[in-house]
Amino acid sequence: MLRCIQQDAGTEMVKAISLTIALIALWLTLSGHFTPFLLAMGLASVLFTVYLAARMRLLDDEAVPVQLRPALVLYWVWLAVEIFKASVAVCRVILAREMKLSQQLIRVPWNQSTEMGRTIFANSITLTPGTITVETGKDAFLVHALTEDFTGADGFEEMGGKVTEVEVRHR
Amino acid sequence: MILFIAGTAALVVAMLLVLARLYLGPDLYDRVLALNSFGTLTVLLLGYIGFLTERPDFLDIALLYALINFVGTIAVLKFFRYRALGRGLGSQDGPEA
Amino acid sequence: MDMSLLDLACNIATGIAFATGSFFLLVGAFGIVRLPDFWSRLHAAGVIDTAGAEIILIGMMFQTGWDIATLKLILIAFLLFITSPTATHAVSNAAFVAGLRPQDLKKDETEQTLSDVPTAAIPYRSMLPESEPAAPSKSSSGEGSA
Repeated sequence: MLRCIQQDAGTEMVKAISLTIALIALWLTLSGHFTPFLLAMGLASVLFTVYLAARMRLLDDEAVPVQLRPALVLYWVWLAVEIFKASVAVCRVILAREMKLSQQLIRVPWNQSTEMGRTIFANSITLTPGTITVETGKDAFLVHALTEDFTGADGFEEMGGKVTEVEVRHR
Repeated sequence: MILFIAGTAALVVAMLLVLARLYLGPDLYDRVLALNSFGTLTVLLLGYIGFLTERPDFLDIALLYALINFVGTIAVLKFFRYRALGRGLGSQDGPEA
Repeated sequence: MDMSLLDLACNIATGIAFATGSFFLLVGAFGIVRLPDFWSRLHAAGVIDTAGAEIILIGMMFQTGWDIATLKLILIAFLLFITSPTATHAVSNAAFVAGLRPQDLKKDETEQTLSDVPTAAIPYRSMLPESEPAAPSKSSSGEGSA
């Protein structure tokens, strides 16, 4: 199954508190009013939402991913640079006088241990223009690439290694 | 202000191009793809309108539109795959069932 | 003096961001029209969704000053960052399952990757004939269960 139900009460408590903090921040961002009445309403709805989430057993690794390392933010910065480079490359293909397409469906093996890590890896591949994750196999993704310039195995290995570093806090 | 007007002009041209693909698209999936891109561009247009009219409320609408666009794309794809919105993705029968 | 210098810096940053982002938007939209088949158009849409939209949103952030509108812009950028790959993957996977294949494939490793995947409902296991790549998929997606 996708969701792992078994987790101790401490982990669940940590996830509940993290969800509460995140929801309060979301309320304050969207509301922008700080009168006592609105703050009270916000707190009430946040607590009700957390109660509902706990009752629906949604406080797991997938909904509240506190198991990810904070270094994920650094990974996003690295990913943004990669996205920019790949975008320029795709623009060059589009604007070339005669487009030299050589479309490929290639196999990209993964080595992440968690579902969340694989999801981040697949979404990173899709976010980078020029490569798109099409389907998931038993131990690899099927990736569509625009030309053979985007299919360097080193690039995928580097990205996968960076995802493996941030996917779990304790190993 | 001139920055926002220039940005909006470029955005409208891009929207018209995407709209052309939405109209021409030979296949269903081309149209869904163009619809998704058009939604992203609409989010940006709402942001621009918010700045041009100096009403930051439009950013809330843009936020909501980003969410609705995502859910709408998924709903259209799910409908064309399963021919129903109520059936779960875990059901075993394939798209032709 | 100091404040106006800051304003000028913000305006320049916004100008650069809008120019870059608009360039990506226009090239992506042009690519959606120009590229020959569905699978290559996916990548042009990726340029719009990631590079173009995010850079323009960053450019807008310089114009708000630091207040609640900036936070909302960050939230929009974050949501786009999370949802756009999911939507792109959903479109491509739906087309793949419906049997649409890229025209003129140079390299195809579908069989090795998905050989033992029962859930990958692939109606056309073999490669489509090169002469009419999109025709069979059309009938399957359009009239298959109508």
